[in-house]
Order: sequence, then C-alpha cells, then structure tokens
Amino acid sequence: MSEDLESYRLAAREWLAANLPTVDGGGARLGSDDEAWQRARELQRILHDGGYAGIAYPKEYGGRGLTPAHQRVFNEESAGYEMPLLLNVPTFSICAPAILDFGTEEQKREHLPAVLRGDEVLVQFLSEPRGGSDLAGAITRATRDGDMWVLNGSKIWSSGAYAADYGICLARTDWEAPKHSGLTMFIVKVHQPGVEVRRIKQVNGDSEFCQEFFDDVQIPASDVLGEVNGGWAVASRLLFHERTAVGGGSPYVSGGHAVARVPEPDLVELARRGGRLDDPGVRELIAESHILRTVAGQLVDRVSAGIRGGAMPDPAASLPRLFSATSNERRIDIALAVAGPAAVIPPAGAPGDLGARYLMRQGGSLGGGSSEMARNIISERVLGMPREFAADKGVPFSQVRQSQTPG
Amino acid sequence: MQLELTKDQEMFRRTVRQFLERESPLTKVRELADEPAGFDRAWWRQGAEMGWTAMLVPEELGGGTLSGQGLLDLALVAEEMGRLVSPGALVPVNVVIASIVDAGVGGHGKALEALMAGEAIAAWYDGSGVTASPAGGGYTLDGTAELVEAGADADHLLVTARTGDGLRQFLLPATAPGLTPTRRDSLDLVRRHADIGLDEVRADVDTLVGGDRDAAAAVDRQRQIATVLQTAETAGAIDRVFEFTTQWAFDRYSFGRPLASYQALKHRFADMKMWLEASHATVTAAARAVQERSPHAAELASVAKAYVGDRAAALVQDCVQMHGGIGVTWEHDIHLYLRRVTVNQLTYGTPSDHRRRVADLLAA
Repeated sequence: MSEDLESYRLAAREWLAANLPTVDGGGARLGSDDEAWQRARELQRILHDGGYAGIAYPKEYGGRGLTPAHQRVFNEESAGYEMPLLLNVPTFSICAPAILDFGTEEQKREHLPAVLRGDEVLVQFLSEPRGGSDLAGAITRATRDGDMWVLNGSKIWSSGAYAADYGICLARTDWEAPKHSGLTMFIVKVHQPGVEVRRIKQVNGDSEFCQEFFDDVQIPASDVLGEVNGGWAVASRLLFHERTAVGGGSPYVSGGHAVARVPEPDLVELARRGGRLDDPGVRELIAESHILRTVAGQLVDRVSAGIRGGAMPDPAASLPRLFSATSNERRIDIALAVAGPAAVIPPAGAPGDLGARYLMRQGGSLGGGSSEMARNIISERVLGMPREFAADKGVPFSQVRQSQTPG
Repeated sequence: MQLELTKDQEMFRRTVRQFLERESPLTKVRELADEPAGFDRAWWRQGAEMGWTAMLVPEELGGGTLSGQGLLDLALVAEEMGRLVSPGALVPVNVVIASIVDAGVGGHGKALEALMAGEAIAAWYDGSGVTASPAGGGYTLDGTAELVEAGADADHLLVTARTGDGLRQFLLPATAPGLTPTRRDSLDLVRRHADIGLDEVRADVDTLVGGDRDAAAAVDRQRQIATVLQTAETAGAIDRVFEFTTQWAFDRYSFGRPLASYQALKHRFADMKMWLEASHATVTAAARAVQERSPHAAELASVAKAYVGDRAAALVQDCVQMHGGIGVTWEHDIHLYLRRVTVNQLTYGTPSDHRRRVADLLAA
C-alpha cells in the first residue's frame, strides 16, 4: 500500500501537468458563484478519473487508501493548478469524514464515492438563529412518523448550502431528555419540498452563507447518521474535524489550501506605494505580520503532530484555531496601518479590498465556534480546568429557559 | 520543545533535568547570586562530561550528538536550563566551539579541547565596537566590546572586529595584554555580562578564526546558533512558569472555588497556553532550520526571537498577575524567571532588532 513518496510525487507532477489547467493559464477566473461550484465539480471529476480523488480515503468508498503523507505530497505538487478548493470545507474535510466515522455501510457506499466523484456536495446544518455557540441547545425539531422523520425549524451560517446536495443536520428528537441526550443527526437532501435556502449577504458583499427553513421536511429513517438521540457524538466529531480543517491539519484537504483564499495583501508593495517602506516603524509592522503568519503555520505543524502522535488531546486543535483568529485580526490591523488612507479610499484603478477585509475582521473569530468558545475548550479540555456552570445541565430540555425573542 | 524525542534524547533530557535539580536547584541559584562569576567551574565541568559542549562538534574531533542533529540536542539542554534558571555560559561557549569547528579548527585545537572538557570558558562579541588595524603581519585591536556574556569570567574571547576590508574574528586568551573587562550589573541573578576594553591588543594571524577573510557569514551563523539556544532556554523557562502557575490556579481558592474555575482567568490561561505552544513551535522550527543550514535559517531564527522574546515576557508577567501579591515578593521564585526571560528578550538582539532583520529580508 505504501507507495514510495518520491515516485508518487513524480507521477502526480506529470499527471497534473497533463490534466489540469494552471491558475495563471486562465483557471480559477470564474463568473458567478454557481459557475464556480459547477467548475469545482468538474475538476473533482477529473481528479477522480485520474486517481487523485480522496487520496487518504479508504479504497472501498472510492478513495485511494493512501497515507496523509501522500495527500500532502499531492497538495504540494498541485500548487499553481486550478483545484476544486470549494469542496474542501466542509465536504471533504468535515462532513464526509463524519460519515466515515458514524455512517452505516449503506450510507458510506451511497455518499462517499459520490462525494469523491464530485457528484455530491455536503454542508453542515448545525448553528441556529437562536445562537451559534450553544450548539447542543438546538431547537430544530424532528418528529418520528412511521418510517419517516418530519423536520421543522431553521439553520443558519451554512456556507454554500445553495450549491449543496445534502446537509448534515442536527435536530432535537427528545424534548424530555437533557439537552445533549435528545439530539439526532440526519443526512438531509437540500433540494426537496419543504426546504427553503436563503442566501445571506455579508458586509464584504459575499453571500456564501445561507439560512435554511424546514417546513415538514420528510426524512427516511435510514438517513439518521449515528444513533437516534446520539446526535451529539456526531456533532462533536464534526466540530473536531472542523477545527482540524480550519487549523490546517486535515488529511482530507485536497490542494494547497483548505479554502480558496483571496491572495494576501503584499505589505512590502503597499508600503512602497505609499512611500513608507523606509519608515522603521512600518518595517517592523510588516515583519510582525510575516512573523505571525509564519508562527501560525509552525503551530499548526506542532499541534497536528501532537494530536497524531498522542502527545496532545484532540481539543488541542483549538490552539491553532485561536492563534489563526487572533493573529489575523492583528494582521488586518497592520495592513491598514501600513496602507494608510489608501486602505479605505483606494486610488482610482487600484485594487481595494483591504477595507472590506477590515469589516470582516472578526469573521475568523466567529466562524467554526467563536474565539471565546475556543478559550473555554483550551482551558477546560486541554488544561483540565473546571467547566463553566450550565443552567441546562441534567434538566429535561423542555424545561430549559430560552431567549425571549429568538435571535 | 520538540514534541517527538528519540529514546536517546528522552533519556538525555531526563539526565540533564535530574542533574540540574540535584546540583543547581533554585535555592542554589539564589546562593550563586552572591558569587562573582555566578556559577561554579566544577559544576560546569560535570555538565561538559554530560555533553553540554560536545553537540556541535563532529565525532572525529571528540564530539557527538544523540540524534545526528546536534543543535536540536543542545536545545534540550538549553530548555532544561531555562526550566531551572540555570547559571553557566551555554550560549557563548557553544557559539565559540561552533565557530572554531566551522573554521576548520586550525591552531585553535587546544582551546577547543579545553572548552569541550569544561576546563575553559569562552565569551563572544559580535557587535561593532571593535576595530582591527593591520600591523606587523597581524592586527591591532582597539575599542570596547560591550555586553559580553561571561566576559569577565572567560578564559577565551572570540572578538568580531571591523577592518577596512570586512569583518575578522580573533580568538584571544583572556590574559592578552590590553584586555580590560569591567563587570556590569544584570537583572539576572546568575548570568553575568561585562564590557571589555581593548587597548592596542596585539592579535597575530594565528589568533584569526576562519582565516584572513571576511567573517560576515560566520558571524551570521553564530548569531543564529545563539538565537536558537537562547529562545530554547526561554521556552523552557515559560514552560515551567506556566506549569507552576496552572497548578497554583487549581490549588488556590477564593470565594470557595479554585482560581481555575473563573472564566476571566481560564481565558487568560488559554491565551498563555497558545503562546507557550506557539513559542515551542517556532523555536523547534528555527532549531531545525539552523541545524540544516536551510536558506531560511536566518529568517526563522529571527522569527523565533521576535516572537518568543515578546511573548515570553508577557506570559510571565501574566503569571505574576495570576499569583497576586506573592508574585512580586523576593520569596517567590517567579521573579527568577522573569529576570531570565527579560534579559534573554533584550540580549542577542531585541525583538525589535529581529523584526527589522526580518523586514530587511522581506524587502530585499
């Protein structure tokens, strides 16, 4: 099974050159969001047919059954090529791994090969309008009706849901059990009667995030992921995969980055343009930004190795997650300081996304669990400090007090 | 620092830790504060026997490593020394050893031998305060070498000097006529620094290290080694401070509950844990890059120093805060650590100096 990494690298290099367009050669320049998703599916199909889809996924579910090291080698080689990065988060690195962890044999055979062929895109239906951090307090409801479950409620902050085929959806199935014990995870078809997907426009103009409304949605009982009322175990695993992916340690990410990134602002160039490159203070800021980015990567390497080798517990994945959020905040501030007024009032003809980045600065500290939740996780589950008091602990969920006006 | 140690490294680390705990515990460090040199020569010789001076020397010259990566092995010693705020001159002695070895030893075999045996101590100066003027086939050195670690206690002094034609390095005996060390006070209890005046010091060609050629590249490498060892020591120091401060948070009760149960404090501990792990991560990356003589070695060493220098001091101050009033008493040990990480922060280049070096590399 363990193919020699160097020969694997050479083969991948050759295959990529022959089969994928380079980014410079016109790839990755996309029109609408829908076209971008369509293109990602096509690219994934090309990878699949070439034998480079799901490199670290088991063979029996359409993967290649190789090691994370093979995936890393492929990712290194794929730099500069047009890759289906949109499919990395959450499809490849969060949702599909959870199906691998908890799915029945039928579910794995139905979804995983389709995912790896680019035929199926997955999304997480976890957060609700009532609040994102207290995930286990979900009030979206699924009621058993014969061989079916009937889903009602609403989910939010699901990115790319409009382009997805299935959502991994956490719903309350027992209101008399304490909150963590009354949840069930479902694999829900997105495009079906009773599901309405509404896109949310953000301050930077993007509208990748969605809100979903469920109105008597019919779900076959065979689409429960994990155990009935055992949904929290699945959710915890999704969160672990999410922290790992966002922290940069997922073995299932294909291509150089987990997510399609807007290129980083070139601070040296910004300073030069503003005539500030000789200012020692500005130079220190440029270096500080570079240092934070470098250390962020080094921390990812350390914690990934620590978790893999057992020297660190799984929740340590929150360390790089918190580092990346807080250091990005600082780095965006630095970019503004280096650019000066041009950051918010770009000269005619100059690219000007710094201001919009600044408006979205907190995004990294909010998505995938807030930085405050990350600090709770680190202190409680890495350092072993006492858990926060929870008024809903051990109480039937039906008796738990809820917000007066749902957010 | 490194997460995954080899069996040999693990055993070595344990041996070093046991030795330091037995021979130079913090009570001993406090006693040594009154000694002029701040450390005991016999203690240093024992360390040398353990391998503290062998890791950067190839086997054919009597040295050797545990893992084949000498600097990573040596960083383990530095880290353990940080955990106990140990005395000694680990950085300058090893920098001088590395410079002699890199230069091909030449006529410095005796000095190398004495340094490796722990019989002699070396100091190192890389600043711009000393000039070398050609004279009678050799050079005459003049100026002041400021802030030299172990400068008044060393038997050998490696001086970097400016000439009209680049830098040269000379290894001088401390007894050379014209050398006048003046001790400086230090915030650290046992780490000593001195200014060394050089007044028409005669330096024959056989004192040159690396020959009569520009030594800029050699000096860069020495700085990288110093930075790695110093940041490793700091990482070890904050590791220990974080350890006993976390324990304190579990043991100390107020309003009937442990400090560790207050969210305002838990979140600060979470941040500190993140800084601590990030410090270890960047020190390990720098040590590996310098060990491998990677093209990024200079950059990654400066990244580590800029990050660890600032974060470590901030972390220890936060830990002082967690201790409350006891944290600013002479009796509590935390000030020994705060002294060490602060001196480490500001010597061998301040974080600000290192940020400027990084900027120079980025803007080049």
